[in-house]
Amino acid sequence: MIDFLFNTTLGFFILTLLKAFALLVPLLMCVAYLTYAERKVLGAMQMRKGPNVVGPFGLFQPFADAIKMLMKETIIPSGANPVLFLLAPMLTFGLAMIAWAVIPVNDGWAIADINVGVLYLFAISSLGVYGVIISGWASNSKYPFLGALRSAAQMVSYEVSMGFVMVCVLLCVGSLNLNKIVMAQQTIWFCIPLFPMFVIFFISTLAETNRAPFDIPEGESEIVAGFFLEYSAMAFALFFLGEYANMILMASMTTILFLGGWLPPFGIPTPSWMGPIWFILKDCVVLFFFLWTRATFPRYRYDQLMRLGWKVFLPFSLFYLVLVAGVLLAFGWLPHAA
Amino acid sequence: MNEVVTKTVEIDSHSINFGPQHPAAHGVLRLILEMDGEQVVRADPHIGLLHRGTEKLIEYKSYIQALPYFDRLDYCSPMSEEHPFCLATEKLLGITVPERAQWIRTLFSEITRILNHLLNVTTYALDVGAITPSLWGFEEREKLMEFYEAASGARMHANYFRVGGVAKDLPAGLEEKIFNWAETYPQFIDDLETLLTENRIWKQRLVDVGTVSAEQALGLGFTGPCLRASGVPWDLRRAQPYEKYSEVDFKIAVGRNGDCYDRYLMRIGEMRESVKIIQQCLAKMKPGPVKVQDRKFAAPTRGEMKRSMEALIHHFKLYTEGFHVPAGATYTAVESPKGEFGVYLVSDGTNRPYRCKIRPTGFAHLQAIEVMSKRHMLADAVAVIGSLDIVFGEIDR
Repeated sequence: MIDFLFNTTLGFFILTLLKAFALLVPLLMCVAYLTYAERKVLGAMQMRKGPNVVGPFGLFQPFADAIKMLMKETIIPSGANPVLFLLAPMLTFGLAMIAWAVIPVNDGWAIADINVGVLYLFAISSLGVYGVIISGWASNSKYPFLGALRSAAQMVSYEVSMGFVMVCVLLCVGSLNLNKIVMAQQTIWFCIPLFPMFVIFFISTLAETNRAPFDIPEGESEIVAGFFLEYSAMAFALFFLGEYANMILMASMTTILFLGGWLPPFGIPTPSWMGPIWFILKDCVVLFFFLWTRATFPRYRYDQLMRLGWKVFLPFSLFYLVLVAGVLLAFGWLPHAA
Repeated sequence: MNEVVTKTVEIDSHSINFGPQHPAAHGVLRLILEMDGEQVVRADPHIGLLHRGTEKLIEYKSYIQALPYFDRLDYCSPMSEEHPFCLATEKLLGITVPERAQWIRTLFSEITRILNHLLNVTTYALDVGAITPSLWGFEEREKLMEFYEAASGARMHANYFRVGGVAKDLPAGLEEKIFNWAETYPQFIDDLETLLTENRIWKQRLVDVGTVSAEQALGLGFTGPCLRASGVPWDLRRAQPYEKYSEVDFKIAVGRNGDCYDRYLMRIGEMRESVKIIQQCLAKMKPGPVKVQDRKFAAPTRGEMKRSMEALIHHFKLYTEGFHVPAGATYTAVESPKGEFGVYLVSDGTNRPYRCKIRPTGFAHLQAIEVMSKRHMLADAVAVIGSLDIVFGEIDR
């Protein structure tokens, strides 16, 4: 059996599928409970209870929501382009899932342990903007159109500074492999030497996932729901799931790039099976900050967001990149230095 | 020969139908926004979606029956809306309200002010994207609504201020409750301010947005916090004191820049001052009658009605025919939380108003949306609407 799985083409295919299921099913559960956690955390911060009716402590609420979404009618507006209209949420959801292929949750525990992991992630998260643009365009409605325009501009501008932040990390590691990036943090997590970059990265991930205070593409009080205004039922749910899966993805990227991935904090010796638990815990901390910012901050205005991205983050991350490179070169700390 | 030159002007703009079903429309505002990308080129407010013919209805009602309509004008500050109608009728009748009733009115005017500003400031924050203040604020607002309920029996549409006084005296223990609440409330404002006032994003979103100069504000007919934000120290409570405002000590918040941020600060400042007025009212209030003792205008008590024939007749006459108001006209205004809210009341000597023109506060503010949001971003237009504190109940009437 093991021989079949590892040594034949069909076996490899089946094995990959199994691996994907082993990752995606827990992931979707995490997404479901992230929505629950969000409502509970926001509830606590806003002096209310959050969901507490469906099941003990409202724990079945995400499933109730899922059932509700499935039962509803998918409405396709008469002016919309039906193919693109339905393609957009699938694209968003699909991309949010595909990205997970390279995320290592423990030493070597990734579906695809490729050498260009960071680039892959970056490419996939950049593609995410297509889902938004297509939905905004295909809806053939003004508010979604504005939302899509905002979103496209926002995602593009924040990816630039995110890119430079990643390059900083890559310089320190000398590899694009996510596994190696984590292993390079055995002595010190990158969030300490690269602290400013860590902050910029976190803020950029907020913008990248359209979370408050950068939830401009969906700006509820301005353009109502932005790009997914016309969506209902499962099509809406796919956007929703995609958004939350992306949040977890971005939290995982933060964990991998800056918080030492599955490595235990302070070098506490723990058995290797504890790796995923550390990983999840770190994810949870990052996600908590996502929720916390949502409860605390007002929304940026479109032009202010652009200004922050291009006039503050970009020059600063560029400067810091040069600084990091200079320091590494000057002290001969460059990995693989000839 | 005259050559007719026809020019084709290409207008590169698209219009957005903002509302009436829009989360930031504050009721049923319909705004046609002509946009240039994200910039607002023209904002055209459409009104009338909540028109209920209040003024006309009042002409067919006795003075007592007309009063509840006022609660339904600006449903965020009901008692302040009843107030000018009571004052106007009392002025025409030439009656003076007893001391205690005046204190109660002052007290509840200020409670109403906080009630209104709480709703405005927090939903304003919601418009700008901060969700937490609104939920905190509603918690606090609930307490005030309970005071309303204790005094009048209704949480919103109180019908509490009556011609000749107030409906009934405060129930036992309410004064202490209000006193205790007033002790804790400044702490709540501090909490609210930590979320907003010095928040960089909040300031970036509001400072220098929707600026109105003092001249513009006066020209547009601004009143209340919106006018004071532009630096005009005009407050009817100070300028022409009514009820007990001349006997309480309070400050008036005046701004400098007339932008959205100043309008926010005005309301926060006014809430703090209102707490002080409430405390003074509670301290200075003495037991006594809460209605004029003239049975031609104020109903006798239930017990009296059971004993006295005259009281029964008075009661019957009051609630069927009402009272006749001497012919005359008056414009009476109060400083409602949103600004000058006035009633122009014309009486022809019958038991019904001949005409009752209501001067809504928000109407004048609404017309400024065009001026204020021009060449601003769409998100700023939302902030401007929030800062003006518009309620359609009173605008459409």
